[in-house]
Formats: sequence, structure tokens, C-alpha cells
Amino acid sequence: MSVIAIGNYSAEPLDLQRNFHGAQLVYLCWENHLMFCAPFTFPLPAQMGFGDFLTQVLTPAISQHPDAASVDFCAAHWRLNDAPFTPDHTLSLGDNGITHKSLLHLSTPGLNGLAGSGN
Amino acid sequence: MAAKRLNQKDRYRCLTRDLGWEPSYQTREDIFPYERFEGIKITDWDKWEDPFRLTMDAYWKYQAEKEKKLYAIFDAFSQNNGHTNISDARYVNALKLFLSGVTPLEYQAYQGFARVGRHFGGTGARVACQMQAIDELRHVQTQIHAMSHYNKHFNGLHDFAHMHDRVWFLSVPKSFFEDARTAGPFEFLTAISFSFEYVLTNLLFVPFMSGAAYNGDMATVTFGFSAQSDEARHMTLGLEVIKFLLEQHEDNVPIIQRWIDKWFWRGYRLLTLVGMMMDYMLPNKVMSWAEAWEVYFEQAGGALFKDLERYGIRPPKYVEQANIGKEHISHQAWSIFYQYSQATNFHTWMPTDEELDWLSAKYPDSFDKIYRPRFEHWRALQEKGERFYNPTLPMLCQICQIPLSFTEPDDPNTLSHRSAEYEGERYHFCSDGCCDIFQYEPVKYVQAWLPVHQILQGNCGGADVESVVRDYYNIHSGQDNFEYQDSPEHRRWQQWHPNGKGAAHAPMADHAPQDTDTPRKAG
Repeated sequence: MSVIAIGNYSAEPLDLQRNFHGAQLVYLCWENHLMFCAPFTFPLPAQMGFGDFLTQVLTPAISQHPDAASVDFCAAHWRLNDAPFTPDHTLSLGDNGITHKSLLHLSTPGLNGLAGSGN
Repeated sequence: MAAKRLNQKDRYRCLTRDLGWEPSYQTREDIFPYERFEGIKITDWDKWEDPFRLTMDAYWKYQAEKEKKLYAIFDAFSQNNGHTNISDARYVNALKLFLSGVTPLEYQAYQGFARVGRHFGGTGARVACQMQAIDELRHVQTQIHAMSHYNKHFNGLHDFAHMHDRVWFLSVPKSFFEDARTAGPFEFLTAISFSFEYVLTNLLFVPFMSGAAYNGDMATVTFGFSAQSDEARHMTLGLEVIKFLLEQHEDNVPIIQRWIDKWFWRGYRLLTLVGMMMDYMLPNKVMSWAEAWEVYFEQAGGALFKDLERYGIRPPKYVEQANIGKEHISHQAWSIFYQYSQATNFHTWMPTDEELDWLSAKYPDSFDKIYRPRFEHWRALQEKGERFYNPTLPMLCQICQIPLSFTEPDDPNTLSHRSAEYEGERYHFCSDGCCDIFQYEPVKYVQAWLPVHQILQGNCGGADVESVVRDYYNIHSGQDNFEYQDSPEHRRWQQWHPNGKGAAHAPMADHAPQDTDTPRKAG
């Protein structure tokens, strides 16, 4: 619906990809690890390889969690924008279909947070 | 011939309704151009019952008397070094949150009421809004003055207005009020006068003012008393607004219902910050957030919405989700602020053993199972000298702008997330309530100034959080932010109280119960 306004009302979104200087936003939620209070926001080039994303971005981001060392990204389950997703680690983020403001869910079966508490 | 002195009734009429007149050379539509675009139908402004039986001259006199008493207490508090007599320096962090998060909202309320006080065709409504605008301005001033004494002795209070405009979490209260102020005049009143001032205000004012009383902060308590009679008037206005609009035309009912749904949810999300303050930031607790929600919303609000049923109004949408959330949101919020304390103008800390037990007792269904393991892990890290900070930036809700840290109503282990597409762009939300608000007026919210995205676009100075915090927020790193334990403020407090006062809250340390502290100096 249009905005209830005194005249014609239009506006440009503030978070268009072109405003991020060559990066796109990728969000990531590690399920059952709510010690990280919210999904992460990463500004990343679409050309970044998925494998590089895992080693250079995600691994350091989660490193403070005791479960982090045991994560096997090849055995992990993924969802991309709420749909089942099987990433190709050799392709780029973009070629994996990860577009601006996509949300990835990472699930690591067997790892359920601090003492299995979901944290 | 007119009587020399008017009787009270005539005097009241002259100083309120008589201030209006029938225009002769301009149309009413041109004079009040914003009265129709929201779809609200007013058939007879004369049916408006003035909620305050107060005239301007009486108002000045009455407020001046209150001010005189208030400032005498401020002076006494200052002369007696009242800040050293509070329960514990941790308490002052609640004031930092109040000054940077709430006081600027009083200013926004002043701006909002001054504006709508111009735009209603009804004289009674205009006068009521103008008077409330002056009240709000007074609250801004008295709050600043009440807290200026603390600014001399504690960190993080030095630039609250600047911070309100810039600091990431302060975009939560700021955007709430800006949403209301950029709406039409009737939505503004439904949002602020009714949904906030009438339905939810007790959940803001009572916790802060009782919190001040329980923690020995007489300056803030006195401000609270001084504002109380104003707040009572504001609540009366809120109820009058809603009843008046509902009685004017049946077409108003669905519009008002949608605004109530929206502003209940927005207010509820905003109050997350108050819940966190009550459960975590008050060394001497007043009541838990869950208890406050039960008393001030479930019971009082339940009765109110029962009363409004006859107009065809039902309780706000998603109220059942808010009732479930009372067990969780304060813990989730403290988790956010604890891990992002490098970027806040106040300190955070882990609860003491005693406080953890209090939380277990107040939240038997959620705390031990979900939140205690998290906090005990963080305490253990802290003991090892590895205090946890989250070095990444969080994902924010497009509407409430809070990190996506709330869990699904039916699953406290899964973060709640909703999304929507609009004109090819993807938007993310923390809840059904926030998603609905977006879906109804997407163009308004695609422009949301989300702090995380703004940092990443390079609009907040440097590219790294450290320089944003230092240069853009004007937070003094190492003084205002980070952990409370061993902060300059904590050490100063210990110097003032070499024999101990407040929580000796090194993680896992034993400490005396707070009510066995050395007696307070007479103040």
C-alpha cells in the first residue's frame, strides 16, 4: 500500500547494493548458537569464493565459540533465504545465488551450543 | 456590561474554547489542511471533552511552584554529594540509558505536540496539545538538570543529544518517535497519546522512577514526582483522543484499530530497553520485567481493551506474542548490549551470583534453561581475562532497528526472522508485528537509517567500529564504554567507598547483601 501522505510520496531505498561501494550484504545465522545474539552482517564482494567466505570471514567471526573448532562446513546444512541450499564451495557467492541482503542459515548437526543449551 | 471578574467556568471558556473563531476570509480546509488525508472523519469538534480543566495562567503558576521545589532538591542533592549515596555506581548506567534514550524523546514529543497543536480544527484539542507540548519541553529541561550532577562524576553522559542522533542502539527510540512525528496528526495522537502515554507509559515511568527510589537517587525520584501530575494529564488526553475519534464516525474504527496494532507493537519493542534496565541494570531491583508487564499491561491493558470493545476495538494484534516475550526479551537485550559494549555510552557486566538467582526465581520457565548457561560461560571467560565482545556487526530489523535477537514465540531456541520483498529489494524483520508495519507502508520504511548499514556504507566516518565509536559517536573509548568491572568509573566508586558499597561483583565473588551496607548519610 502507498504511504498515507498529503501528496504523492515516493522514496529511494537507503540500502541499495550500489551504496555499498562494490560489496553486497550477506547475513548469517548460526542456528542453536545464540551466544551470538543476532545474525552477522558481512559486506562482501559478490565475486568472493564461497570457500574463501568460510575460511576468511565466517571462521574468524565464530572463533570465540567453543563449538567453532568442531564445525565441519562440508557436513553442515544450509538454507539460503529460507530455502534449502547446497553451496558449491568452489563457486563465488554470486554464482551460488547469494545476492544482496541474502540471509544464510548455518546448521551444524551435533553441535548445539554451550552444553547443548542452544547458546 | 461585563463583570469585572469572570467566574471560573467563564474564565475557563474564555481561555480555551474562546480562543478559536469561525474564519471569514479563508476556508477551514485551507487553515487545517492536514485534517483529512488520514481518512479520519470528524463530524463535530464540539463533542471533544477537554481532558484538562486547566487554563494557561493557572498552568504557569502551578508548574512554577513545582519547579521551585524540584530545583531546591537538586541543589541539596548536589551539595550533599548525593551521587555517592546511591546503591552502587552500576545504577548510573540506567541513567545514561535514560538521558540518551528517553530525554530526547521528550523533546521529540514536544515537537510533535507543538505541531499537531496547530493542525486540529477543534480548539479544545489544539489547546490540550499545546499544553502537553510545554509539559514535554519542561520534562526535557528538568531531566537534563536532574542528571547534570551525575555528568560531573560519571562517564558517558556528556553528549546525549549528539549520541541520540548517531549511536546505533539509540536509533531504536529515535526512529520510533520519528515514525510517529512523520505520520498525520491523528496517527501521531493515537501513537503517542494513546498507545504510548496511556497504554504503555507506566512501563517506562514507574520502573525508572521506582528504580531511582530503590537505589537512592533522590534527584531523579523528585523529577519523577514533579512529572507525575503532567503524565496523569497526558494519559487523560490519550484516552479522550481515542474515545472521541471512535465516537465521531464508525469509519474511524478500522483506521484506529490498525494504528493501535502498529503502535502497540512498536511501543512493546521499544520497551525492551526498559525491561533490560529493570532486570539487569538496577542494583536494587524493583520488580522483574515480567511482573511489570503482567501488572501494567496484562491486567490494566486487559481492562482497558474490555472497555473499548463497545466501540468495536479489539486488543492489539500479536498481544499474545508480547505476553510470551515477557519471559525472554530482557535477557536477550542484555545479551546484545553485553557483547556490543564496545560501542555503547554505558557499561555492561555479568550479574552477580545473587542476581543470577534472582533472575532464576523471577523467570523459572526460561532463565536457567536458556540464559543462565550463556551468562555463566561469559563469566567464566571473564574470569580468565577473556571478556567476550562480539567483533562483528549484527543484522537489524528494518522497522524497530533492534538486532534480530528475539526468538520465535513458539521456540525460544530459534531466532525470529521474517522477510519481505518490495520492488526487487529484500527487507528483514524481527517479528510478524514489524513485518506487518512494513507491508502496509513499505515506502516509508525502505528509507530506514539502519546504523549497521550506514557504517558499512561509510556514512559514519571510519570503516572500523573503533573510529566510528570514537569520532562519530563521541564515546570516549576506555572510559564510557566496555565492561563495568575495573572501568575508571568502577575504580572511582571504590575510592569513594574504600570499605565497600554496592555489589562487589567480580565474577563469582561473594558479597554482602546490599541492605547491610553502611548507613546512608542524611541527605
